[in-house]
Amino acid sequence: MAVIRDVMPAFELYQPTSLPEAQKLLEQHGPDAWVLAGGLDSFDWLKDRIKKPKAVVDLSGIEELRGIRTRGDGIEIGAMTTLTEVMNDSIVKQKYGLLVQAAELVASPQIRNQGTLGGNVSQDTRCWYYRGGWPCYRAGGNICYADTPEGRNREHAILHADRCVAVNPSDTAPALIALDAKFVLRTPKGERVVDAEDYFIGPEIDITRLHILQPGDLLTAIRIPSTWAGAQFYFEKVRDRNVWDFPLLNVASAMVLSGSMIGRMRIAVNGAAARPLRLKAVEDAVRGQPRNTATGEMAGKLSVQGAVPLQFNAYKIPLMRNLVKRAISGVEEATWTS
Amino acid sequence: MDFLEWATSPWGQSVPIHIAWFLIWVAVIAGLLFLIVHAIYVMYFAKAREFAGDASPQVVAQIPKRIPRHSLVARLFHWIMAASMFTLLFTAFLPKVGVQFPWVTYHWIAGTVLTVSIVFHIIHASCWLDFWSIWPDRIDLDDAWKRVRRFLGMPAPPPQKFAKYPLENKLFHGVIILCGLSVILTGVFMMSRVRTIFFPRNPYLFSDMTWGLMYVLHGLAGVGLIALVMMHVYFGLRPEKRAITKAMIFGWMDRGFYLEEHDPERWKVGTPSSSPTSNRVEGRGLTDAG
Repeated sequence: MAVIRDVMPAFELYQPTSLPEAQKLLEQHGPDAWVLAGGLDSFDWLKDRIKKPKAVVDLSGIEELRGIRTRGDGIEIGAMTTLTEVMNDSIVKQKYGLLVQAAELVASPQIRNQGTLGGNVSQDTRCWYYRGGWPCYRAGGNICYADTPEGRNREHAILHADRCVAVNPSDTAPALIALDAKFVLRTPKGERVVDAEDYFIGPEIDITRLHILQPGDLLTAIRIPSTWAGAQFYFEKVRDRNVWDFPLLNVASAMVLSGSMIGRMRIAVNGAAARPLRLKAVEDAVRGQPRNTATGEMAGKLSVQGAVPLQFNAYKIPLMRNLVKRAISGVEEATWTS
Repeated sequence: MDFLEWATSPWGQSVPIHIAWFLIWVAVIAGLLFLIVHAIYVMYFAKAREFAGDASPQVVAQIPKRIPRHSLVARLFHWIMAASMFTLLFTAFLPKVGVQFPWVTYHWIAGTVLTVSIVFHIIHASCWLDFWSIWPDRIDLDDAWKRVRRFLGMPAPPPQKFAKYPLENKLFHGVIILCGLSVILTGVFMMSRVRTIFFPRNPYLFSDMTWGLMYVLHGLAGVGLIALVMMHVYFGLRPEKRAITKAMIFGWMDRGFYLEEHDPERWKVGTPSSSPTSNRVEGRGLTDAG
């Protein structure tokens, strides 16, 4: 139970200064190691004494994990680059404004100064039963306390729930999926590059993790190709208060118009499931359609097909429908007519 | 080394949540060890089996060329059960050893198929087949004692030939019943914790402790089934048991094997006029218990 705050359990702190050194430590300690990026998720766990790793590997001293570089026809952002650095980078602002929009809606300025892009996409869910240390599925147990008639599940999943109904809280994740980003992983077997959407996994695959990182693996960088550079971007985050809050839902889209028609589009939402969802069916359905209210409504309805609300989160279905509609037809066209 | 994993419930109670997953490997290794030891024993140490007296020539003359052993219905049950059992074992344990895929839906569907097939089997075996043929009788126990004494080099008369099922088969069936019913009964309740088409989720059906024990029993029976299924497949593939395996595919075994292993007095079969490929199940001794 989360009763002893601010007194972290004892652990060995390692502060490597190079990637090989960090990798060696992670391989050496395996599941007992905890990767520390900005610390904003980690310190909650540690201070609440819910996670008790034997070794903490602090990545803040590894310079090669920081910074934004041009690479080929796109850019590469080191996993330890702070959200503020991402927001202030001229190339990101000029070509990949979607990521800037998403990053600047993360929490508060202080948190963005400390929080990293790698940490933001790799953070754990905020389900309070899980964060409270209850022995739920995600914590290795055999129950979901949120998915019960009495459970407090206003923030939880409406799609792809599988025993656990927690959601992914990242704001930058859907933006990176919409930008067709690639995540660069260092694993004991070597470097591995995965599509942004494949970095995240749902409970049906692994109920204890939100991403594919295994013990010993490290997210080192995020590459954004130029495929969607300069496209029309849309990011909207709905939260209970306007600062320092996690999304109830967010939507990110990149669209290229061909005249008044939608030439191509990528769109993703987060807060609806345990992983950010790329809405492939919506992308296919709107391709070649005019960018107007009718297309937006059609896409909105399509996006929530299969949604199963819990006791207290049915509002997320019209919310997601509207966000998708707004992402496609624009805010000024967003009045729902049906 | 803990055989169970424990957690603290929201009410501060220490409750078991499931078995420790290393028991999967314990079951696999135990199963493999059994196979290896048995194969070595049979290859190098086992003596030729001896049985007490043969059947009279009059009885032998009445034995048909093909002995009906399993009806089509019973064979279908066996293979449906086998398919669902393999699906259950793979979907349950592969994710635990690192092969990750969306397993829950396949698992509860296979569990439903297994449950329905077992319920059918219980009714079928109780009402239409010779229910008692799969349970050990006094002769089995007497013969087992004789076989133990002879194995240990002590004087004992040779045992009789088997009825329809050897004692080992009957004991295996008994253990399968225990494990199978354990996973089925616990599994049916556990389905109330996932989304299925059958009933609404209700994770508060039992107390945390009862649920924990249920998960532990489900897990223990599950890993037990890993070893049992390995043994079953092994015996099904052994050359000297091939006639029995073939009977589970085609429904009959040949006369030679029958006379060699089985006592016509204990497992009565039809006369030569009986159709050798008939799927009808008639009379005592034609039960199928998987």
